[in-house]
Amino acid sequence: MLAFVLLLVPAATGCVAAATPWRRWIGWLCTASLGFVLVTGVVLAVLVVHRPALSAFGGVLRVDALSAFMVIVIGAIGLLAVCQSVRYLEREVSSGRSSARRATLYSVLVQGFITAMLLAVVAGNVGVMWVAVEATTIITTFLVGYRRTRGALEASWKYVIICSVGIALAFLGTVLVYLAALHAGGVTHVSLQWTSLMSVAHHLDPGVMRLALALLVLGYGTKVGLAPMHSWLPDAHSQAPAPVSALMSGVLLTVAFYVLLRFKAVADGALGVGFSRMLFVTAGLLSLAVAASLLLSQRDYKRMLAYHSVEHMGLIALGAAAGTPLAIAAVLLHVLGHGLAKAVLFLASGEILIVEGTTEIDQVKALLARRPALGGVFAFGLVALLGLPPFSLFISELNMLRAEVHVGLGWVAAISLVLMAVIFGSVMSHGRHMLFGARPDGEVAHKSPLNVSVPLIGGLVACGAIGVLAWPLDTLLRAAAMVVVK
Amino acid sequence: MNGATYSSFLEIAAGLVILCAFVTLWRRSLRAIVRTLAVQGMALGVVAIVLGVHRRDVVLIVVGCLVVLAKGLAIPTLVRRVLANEPMSRETSPLVNVPSSLVGAGALTFLAYGATRPVVALVSTSAGRLIPLGVATLLIGFFSMVVRRKAVSQIVGLLLVDNGIALVAFLATAGVPLLVELGASLDVLLVVVVLRVLAVQLWSKFAVLDLDQLQELHD
Repeated sequence: MLAFVLLLVPAATGCVAAATPWRRWIGWLCTASLGFVLVTGVVLAVLVVHRPALSAFGGVLRVDALSAFMVIVIGAIGLLAVCQSVRYLEREVSSGRSSARRATLYSVLVQGFITAMLLAVVAGNVGVMWVAVEATTIITTFLVGYRRTRGALEASWKYVIICSVGIALAFLGTVLVYLAALHAGGVTHVSLQWTSLMSVAHHLDPGVMRLALALLVLGYGTKVGLAPMHSWLPDAHSQAPAPVSALMSGVLLTVAFYVLLRFKAVADGALGVGFSRMLFVTAGLLSLAVAASLLLSQRDYKRMLAYHSVEHMGLIALGAAAGTPLAIAAVLLHVLGHGLAKAVLFLASGEILIVEGTTEIDQVKALLARRPALGGVFAFGLVALLGLPPFSLFISELNMLRAEVHVGLGWVAAISLVLMAVIFGSVMSHGRHMLFGARPDGEVAHKSPLNVSVPLIGGLVACGAIGVLAWPLDTLLRAAAMVVVK
Repeated sequence: MNGATYSSFLEIAAGLVILCAFVTLWRRSLRAIVRTLAVQGMALGVVAIVLGVHRRDVVLIVVGCLVVLAKGLAIPTLVRRVLANEPMSRETSPLVNVPSSLVGAGALTFLAYGATRPVVALVSTSAGRLIPLGVATLLIGFFSMVVRRKAVSQIVGLLLVDNGIALVAFLATAGVPLLVELGASLDVLLVVVVLRVLAVQLWSKFAVLDLDQLQELHD
């Protein structure tokens, strides 16, 4: 029942936002709804971490440790992004770039987006998961195109076309899994419940499952942003308003990956780990290679962050390919750490765009000297994303690499290390260009308002804290990993 | 309905679906393409109804009627409204010319037969043998999205992909559970609405009709 309330609160907040003209308190109400999601995520995690899953409506909604963890991820990153949306909308409305009506539309769509993502992670039925992921595409299209410039409309066109094709393939994959379940020997009752698919996994026809898993990886992989289906991602992330980019990059990609993890568990039951490992290794290495080659000569810092997401999605695909409990726990930790750091960076880049008026890396100079707070947040965010200690991405990357070596994918780990080094070098050089340098004469150091710096620093501190303190997250991570590893 | 009539009805309806996919590649007038799409949507609904009658499954017959309404009438009407805004209603410069497109579509049909062998082997009913036609429709949809340059042509390609998948779903499993089926159909309808809004905005604000004109974002 708690799962139902969890969906109800953002949906109801969206309705309130729709019914009232946009005011600042609506923004804070939306933030409060995300706070509720985060708290509920923690409560759910406590309830299910050592106990069987909770379910409601005959299993349509089902929360196990993995779902609870994803609710926490959505809550934490959503809280950051929605909190910053208040400031974004206030400025848009006061500068006359958007009307109060469009601000209302924005608030409603963001709450709808959050509800759809929550539905995807608490659904117990793979068909409902599919509907929820597709709903996120439809809702976010208008958020990507919110600014209604030519670039924004172009990005939303590409986004909806590419992701709809991807999600259609995922539907075909789901149909084939259902077909295999219908023909599994000795089964009387067949449904699209994930648990019932898991219980018949060993009897599923391997030929059909191979085709199905390939389609699912291709389909949901489009939404995750795995190469070669990533091409919508840099456009959409660079054109969307900063809080929306933060939400998409921080959580939407990994919600789609969560669905893939569930299907991987079913397919591994039918096929063994070899086939899914081959698919995930291919997609992961290809994503790393694409990100490395396009980051080298990147001129736009928002696109730089977007390609960085492609890299990180590649890394978690490789972690999932290893597939041991340690690897999956590291993948999930990486999902949270990357989400937080990337959200902070996208929000900071939104501020940089406002104060500097450009997204060109070349045009931004000496941020640390000119705007110490904003530059500092951006610098630490990059440090976190590049996987340096003390941030949690260091530990999760290390553990994923260890797991890859442990299962005999040492060559994959080696190639990914080389590509990561290339990415490290190019992002460092872009970052150095933007951050360091002397302040021009006569310009005083700008202060950032507290309501910008505090949430962003909070996000970075959280990302550092989960890296340093293993407790209490590691119990949840281990329980969540055991859900999809036999 | 006896066995022989049932399978010949099913074959005719499923054959019509793939035939319409070929016709969309052959025709250049966008209006004619949208009409073909409507015929395809109706044929798809008939597949579901024939299957429903054969299996004495009332839900499936209702779903079939809904498919006729949604894919045969509602969606084509929406797409036609986009055309009303565009002065040019012909696909003038596809990347691949018509004869080569048709050859390509033929090759894709062979590919579909090859790729679905494990599925056909598993189902082994007269409906199951037609599954490759659905996959072929899907592949032709992809192909037309890649080679056609008008915004409307891409919407049509997306709908071909979707109809192909729906055909596979009906033939292979007699439809996924109703909740999912309805969710899926509603999604397609919404995607078309979203695309229509975007196409109208692109045209009215920036006079963009061809996707080649969308070149602002690149690395």
